[in-house]
Amino acid sequence: MILALATAALVLAALLWELSRERVRAGARRLAGRAARMLWPGGEREQGEWSYDPGRERRAELRARALMRSCVNEEEWAMYRDLGFLRVAGGAGGGYAYLVYPHRPLLAYVPDTGELLSEYCVAFPDRSRPYGSARLPDADDVLAKWMALRADERALIADANVHLPGRQLDPERVARDLGRLVAWDDARDRGARARTRAPARAGRLAGSVRAA
Amino acid sequence: MKLLRMKPGHGEILLAEGDLEVPEQERELIEAFRGELDAGMWAAVPTQAPGGRREAELVRSFAEVPRDAERVIFFPRAAGGR
Repeated sequence: MILALATAALVLAALLWELSRERVRAGARRLAGRAARMLWPGGEREQGEWSYDPGRERRAELRARALMRSCVNEEEWAMYRDLGFLRVAGGAGGGYAYLVYPHRPLLAYVPDTGELLSEYCVAFPDRSRPYGSARLPDADDVLAKWMALRADERALIADANVHLPGRQLDPERVARDLGRLVAWDDARDRGARARTRAPARAGRLAGSVRAA
Repeated sequence: MKLLRMKPGHGEILLAEGDLEVPEQERELIEAFRGELDAGMWAAVPTQAPGGRREAELVRSFAEVPRDAERVIFFPRAAGGR
């Protein structure tokens, strides 16, 4: 009796599977498509399928860099372009500054000694998640930190989670970056001195030619 | 004046643009401005201090935006990160 019922159940299950197989497959395809659109919302539709657009993030970063360039000082723009981070002077009493990395904590340090003070973890999450990710492009993240620091350093720091140096940013990497920053500053100073000397030298040469 | 908003995965987008001297356009700017603040955005006005130094000012209402500002940039409110 049990064997007969089990056999009937198996046959019924096989029949149901045959009848519903196409519907189940179509449903699975729809689910996979929906998941792909959630993961890669900027993807282009090709032949009915969604595909990842590898240039989207790059285009977003280029737009963000153009916006940053239009907002910050020429020196700060060159620093981000060349080094990938910004140095922003602290406002409360001076003597300290921040290294501003994209999507990393603000790092307070003493420029004169290189001593690391604190990591301030701040983020600018876009809760509307209009494009699937809450993360701003790198340059937008740095610009948002720059604007917030410039406009209201205390409020930004009050919102941050404070940690000792080394929690997220590798101190060895930071030391290397500070070395790169010093070399970058020196190169800019040399360039600026050369530019101011060049017109004076040209003027002296012109004067000696006229005298001759 | 242009109202711009930073967008994840996109860079900035233009929300609204108008002339403050034209009442209808000013109204549209104010509505767009309020909409962004209501959505939890911060609004910053890039400025230039005497001597050429670039600064930024956070504004909490449209009345705080300098009349001669060219742009207001909206970005998500800061939150403590991990």
